[in-house]
Amino acid sequence: MNTKKLLLGDEAFALGAIEAGLSGAYAYPGTPSTEILEFVQSNPIARERGIHSHWSSNEKTAMEEALGMSYCGKRAIVSMKHVGLNVAADPFVNAAMTGANGGLLVVAADDPSMHSSQNEQDSRFYANFAIMPVLEPSNQQEAYDMAAYGFELSEKLRIPVLVRFVTRLSHSRSTVVTKEEPAAENALRYPENPRQWVLMPGNSKVRYRQLLKDRVEMEALAAASPFNSLVEGSDRRLGVIASGIGYNYVQETFGGKCPFSLLKISQYPVPRDLVKTLAESCEAIFVVEEGQPMIEDSLRGLLDCGPKIYGKRDSILPTDGELTPDTVAAAFVRLAPDSGAKLPDTPAAASNVVARPPALCQGCGHRDVYGALNAALAEFESPKVFGDIGCYTLGFLSPFNALDTTVDMGASITMAKGAADAGQHPAVAIIGDSTFTHSGMTGLLDAVNEDSPITVIISDNLTTGMTGGQDSQGTGKIEDICLGLGVKPERLHTIDAHPRKAGELKALFESELAFKGLSVIVARRECIQTARRHAKK
Amino acid sequence: MKTDIILAGVGGQGILSIATILGHAALQADLYLKQAEVHGMSQRGGDVMSCLRLSSDPIASDLIPAGKVDLVISLEPMEALRYAHLLAPGGRVITSTEPFVNIPNYPELDKIMAELKALPGTVMLPAEQIAKEVASPRSSNMALLGASAPYIGLPDTALEESIAAVFGPKGEKIVADNIAAFRAGKEYKGQ
Repeated sequence: MNTKKLLLGDEAFALGAIEAGLSGAYAYPGTPSTEILEFVQSNPIARERGIHSHWSSNEKTAMEEALGMSYCGKRAIVSMKHVGLNVAADPFVNAAMTGANGGLLVVAADDPSMHSSQNEQDSRFYANFAIMPVLEPSNQQEAYDMAAYGFELSEKLRIPVLVRFVTRLSHSRSTVVTKEEPAAENALRYPENPRQWVLMPGNSKVRYRQLLKDRVEMEALAAASPFNSLVEGSDRRLGVIASGIGYNYVQETFGGKCPFSLLKISQYPVPRDLVKTLAESCEAIFVVEEGQPMIEDSLRGLLDCGPKIYGKRDSILPTDGELTPDTVAAAFVRLAPDSGAKLPDTPAAASNVVARPPALCQGCGHRDVYGALNAALAEFESPKVFGDIGCYTLGFLSPFNALDTTVDMGASITMAKGAADAGQHPAVAIIGDSTFTHSGMTGLLDAVNEDSPITVIISDNLTTGMTGGQDSQGTGKIEDICLGLGVKPERLHTIDAHPRKAGELKALFESELAFKGLSVIVARRECIQTARRHAKK
Repeated sequence: MKTDIILAGVGGQGILSIATILGHAALQADLYLKQAEVHGMSQRGGDVMSCLRLSSDPIASDLIPAGKVDLVISLEPMEALRYAHLLAPGGRVITSTEPFVNIPNYPELDKIMAELKALPGTVMLPAEQIAKEVASPRSSNMALLGASAPYIGLPDTALEESIAAVFGPKGEKIVADNIAAFRAGKEYKGQ
């Protein structure tokens, strides 16, 4: 008998992977992907089997660890947010070259509308140039089913498969029908072609030719995929291509009875045969895809001389932000007013409503750091504070207004160094403990090697806070790491980030800002959220 | 049966617990359900909302289209107003009247209340006060759920069973508190 469960898209995929014989899950926390590894950590089967589910230091290490498990013939998943794939890009792209041995699924969770991210990049492009298949679930059941299917696809083609999630699938719950008995794990088994795993030019040239040939089969399998479908409609004016979650909004618009031929794409490379069949049967094509116009651009090409294409490039759909049932319905109303698509007459929004931006919690140590830092910097004419990625990014907002830059994981230290190289003083970097071990350590070594005149503040809350309090890989090791990298002991300071230390904190910042060399201040106080949880236990 | 609900509040107030109860009840009743929520940065004291769709037929979109919202259930009055224009004809707001003021430019409460009262069918209750009287202020979300119960389309007994199941692991006292708050919210008759 099948079992029905209520699961987030992230959880559905994780459970599907466990029940398909997963041996190792790897990840660095990142919204909206975090719940995948968290689910594996708490799942009874995974615990009983001892499936790997420890957090990794960053997405690159996670990707490589998963590839190592795949090398040994076992099934592995690695999950990250979209910008995490930038960090993991080197092993990701080269994993298409080595190929996979045990099934390897790489989950990238995109965040269109930037609910909790710094950009809207669309992960499908990575797989396109790496030459890898992509699975893009449109609902929670597909997220579950695609884990087992993806492992089989990966082992059949001997290549990693990118699984693209978006926020509205990752963080939406629905009923999922699950299998009764979990499959066994793979036995240890080494690759049939070991040369392929040594990417020296001589081996790589041979492998790349094979990869290019394999793309033909990737596309053929996408054309035959159970997750792709072409359903003919009665109205020939439009043919609709809807990918991933965009498919749901088309179905919502027409109550499940789309009058137009509808090509659903949830497995890539985009199957050209299906697109051709659609194009031959209708006068124009409308592409509904979440994220950047990847399918749309591939249809248009540079010359755009085929059938009329509608989508994002012509602003039929908004080019930024996530799709909604409203924007998709509005597009259909515009393209075919008599198609049955309707827009409601909604009244104006209420007048007594203002924005309520997020803020640092009361009792958060980052608050103390920013308070003291602002006080210490007040005497300087143009101090610059280089921020990083985490809760403390909220220091940009009122009342602190304390940050000049936030770019990517680890960029605080390196940008402060670059600014100091340019003559900026004071140049302050502020970075969290988890971000420091993710991507800050290498930059700190650069600063050590040149004794760059920067002040690095590691605001250590003993957790990965923004994503909900996952274990931080540097906990208990931060000072040792700094000393190991070569920070001078007399320029490494540890202090409590607490209101009762406000005066000392300010004085410490002042003395280190006055010093024309590298200094590191570890300001420490446990995250108020995780402290509350620990107190309950 | 089809009920499309927006759950609203401020990060940390407990709207996701309401969603968990309704999800559990829907699963027991063999209904289709989709519930979209936002995690991450927005949870740090910012406004949070969750779309919760219940139906006896399959549901396509995780998000509720504008003008199709049957209920806005909110733990905070201004957050209720934020989504009021998305209501379907005949839809209504059920909200706690207690403001959560963590921003300097919070509008005048009287004006918020006036706008809420001008909407047809609005149900207003001091959820935290009600919960405090019968149990603990932490159960205010269950008082709000109680006040919403007549409009959701699930029987009260099913909701109470789900409260017991979801809070069960936290002990009998917590279950009893939450059920007491649920009942008090349901029976609240207004001032």
